Amino acid sequence: MNLASWGMYPVIKNKSFSLKDEKSLQNYLQKTEQMIPFGNGRSYGDSALAENIVYCKPYNYFLGFDESEGIVHCQSGVLLSEILEVFVRKGWFLKVTPGTKLITVGGAIASDIHGKNHHVEGCFSKCVQEIRVMLESGEIVTCKKGDELFLATCGGMGLTGVILDAKVALKKINSKSINQITIKTKNLKETFEAFEKYARMPYSVAWIDCLAKGENIGKCLLMVGDFADDRDLSFKEKKKLNIPFMFPSFALNNLSVKAFNWLYYKKSPAGESHQKVDIDTFFYPLDAINNWNRIYGKGGFTQYQFILPKEVSYDGLKEILGAIAESGKGSFLAVLKLYGKANANYLSFPMEGYSLALDFKIEKGLFELLDKLDQIVLRFGGRIYLTKDVRVSKETFEKGYPMIEKFRAFRKENGMDKKFHSLQSKRVGI
Amino acid sequence: MSYVLIIGAKSDIAKAVAREYAKNGYDLYLAARNVSELEGFKKDIEIRSNRRLELKEFDMVAFDSHQAFYDALEPKPLGVIVVVGYMVDQKVAENSLADSLNILHVNFTGCVSLLNIIANDFEKRKSGFIVGISSVAGDRGRKANYIYGSAKAGFSAYLSGLRNRLYVSGVQVLTVKPGFVNTKMTEGLDLPAKLTAEPEDVAHDIFEAQQKGKDVLYTKCIWKLIMLIIKHIPESMFKKMSI
Ligand SMILES: Cc1cc2nc3c(=O)[nH]c(=O)nc-3n(C[C@H](O)[C@H](O)[C@H](O)COP(=O)(O)OP(=O)(O)OC[C@H]3O[C@@H](n4cnc5c(N)ncnc54)[C@H](O)[C@@H]3O)c2cc1C
Ligand SMILES: NC(=O)c1ccc[n+]([C@@H]2O[C@H](COP(=O)([O-])OP(=O)(O)OC[C@H]3O[C@@H](n4cnc5c(N)ncnc54)[C@H](OP(=O)(O)O)[C@@H]3O)[C@@H](O)[C@H]2O)c1
Repeated sequence: MNLASWGMYPVIKNKSFSLKDEKSLQNYLQKTEQMIPFGNGRSYGDSALAENIVYCKPYNYFLGFDESEGIVHCQSGVLLSEILEVFVRKGWFLKVTPGTKLITVGGAIASDIHGKNHHVEGCFSKCVQEIRVMLESGEIVTCKKGDELFLATCGGMGLTGVILDAKVALKKINSKSINQITIKTKNLKETFEAFEKYARMPYSVAWIDCLAKGENIGKCLLMVGDFADDRDLSFKEKKKLNIPFMFPSFALNNLSVKAFNWLYYKKSPAGESHQKVDIDTFFYPLDAINNWNRIYGKGGFTQYQFILPKEVSYDGLKEILGAIAESGKGSFLAVLKLYGKANANYLSFPMEGYSLALDFKIEKGLFELLDKLDQIVLRFGGRIYLTKDVRVSKETFEKGYPMIEKFRAFRKENGMDKKFHSLQSKRVGI
Repeated sequence: MSYVLIIGAKSDIAKAVAREYAKNGYDLYLAARNVSELEGFKKDIEIRSNRRLELKEFDMVAFDSHQAFYDALEPKPLGVIVVVGYMVDQKVAENSLADSLNILHVNFTGCVSLLNIIANDFEKRKSGFIVGISSVAGDRGRKANYIYGSAKAGFSAYLSGLRNRLYVSGVQVLTVKPGFVNTKMTEGLDLPAKLTAEPEDVAHDIFEAQQKGKDVLYTKCIWKLIMLIIKHIPESMFKKMSI
């Protein structure tokens, strides 16, 4: 079968083993040379790609729910959307959720994903109490916070073993709605000031207009919010739009990106405005359109997400946004987020500071631009998010992740470095 | 009480169907061989939907047990969905009577035995629905798969007749003809991605078609067109082809 992740680049030939029970996974691990776990393929690049994949999404039973503590125990293939479908009406929500609910619990742990509330709640691993992992020997190990296997597996990109199931703590909510404030800013300085002003709000995210130049660099719409308290928990799946075919690649030229960015910004009233919106609109706006990744055409796209330490975020972002505007390469989406302190996991992405995520269509000259941006990111002491990446070099990766040696040593000591490999792990030499 | 009876509940399609019906407020009887293996799945559905769920031991080829099996269900289900199926490689089947017979019994004769009993009851009650999972393979015999295909053809014809008979009694009969589905049955086969459905999509299609009172469902729907073409190829040409 042909397989690709969300960015649709690269596309590789592969063989898939569907995970249904432990016994057959043990057999499979024994007789297969190399493989990587694959959840729902919402990582953008090659983190979940290899010649052989363990397809974990079919492994999707709920195993238990502790009503008093709000702890759900489930297999790793359960989607976050399934957790919401079951538990929102009972008054529970995820403590940490990314910008799509269509990812598996295994994928959330392996990428140690974060949401719009990292500055308050940290990464996904913070709400994970216990994980069971099958190592390459077929042995099943249970690990808890503080265990070395936990530190390596959360953010470990599937390279310690197959996550079988996990206990995940949920948060109590009193409404399916979010009170949102939208703030329109005119430049990067205003954007940073707005983030700081609203730092007490649990959720915040900004959409940046990447094509703005000069004075206007960094102008944005900042959306902040918190759950309402109206006791209305009626949660309904919305009908989704479909993008039924691949857009011809010229559909997304520079002009259409410009138009989009401009319209989005123009539509919002100046200064501050208030809205009450539902969970899907606030957390998962992109999920409303199935397969929106197709608008980039057959050649695919990538997301470039980097993070910079707080004290240099302003200078670093200014320089990078400048370089992008100069290159004239468009980004449909540019998302700026504020982060709290880093955790102790070996390969987790977040550190205290700001991160920017930009989508780029794969085309000639792009990787050269991104190489250039890498150098700026490294100069400011930042790093690149592995779960979005498809092209970063070994050197850039190593400089950004100082704990990589610990991770490598742990894999080696525990006999984990033979079987689990992705295209990415080979490229960056994990 | 609103129980739906699912026959062959361990199948990947059946599990997806069970979740779909539970999600929409139905209670479930799940029937399968070695049904205790479904304890984990039962727990999963209970967490997802708070519906009532009972596991029932059932073997499609143990014809003699079917009457007692159905009599023991209390309350009676308001609908039945037969998902059981068995397929082996055509070459293996050609050379093994045991396999050939099992294909026929699981996919056809067993279904006849069970549905005769259920149809009589639904007819008397003047209500209910019967969903049978047949296959596009039953629309025309091909050298690659005609033993399985002929069993499915038999099942499709049976369902068609049943629909005709039960129409006046207000009992719905739905024939489901999946194309390729990504399940245990097809694991390891190199299926064309564009023509292959996930069990969840098939389950959703089945639920919608059943609720709307449809007669025949092709899923994915593109298979309706594909089979229309295949059925219309003249036999003199068809016999020379390899498809
Ligand atoms: C629209 C969109 C918005 C997003 N927003 C955010 C965001 O706000 N924040 C954020 O952090 N991320 C975000 N992401 C990225 C996404 O959350 C991660 O890539 C996530 O890991 C994808 O999960 P998945 O189940 O699809 O896993 P895959 O993409 O299939 O795999 C991702 C990694 O997890 C590993 N893995 C998967 N399952 C298992 C398992 N059972 N055991 C061991 N390893 C496993 C794989 O080997 C791979 O390394 C976004 C992605 C999209 C498409
Ligand atoms: N997958 C496809 O591409 C495809 C295409 C068209 C039609 N179909 C049809 O779809 C239905 C579901 O199949 P699936 O794809 O979900 O495959 P599956 O997972 O292999 O399911 C087949 C099920 O039939 C059960 N079964 C076999 N013999 C039985 C018997 N004597 N008594 C009771 N149960 C028996 C099996 O039970 P055990 O677990 O106990 O063995 C198994 O759970 C079948 O009717 C199949 O023919 C499938």
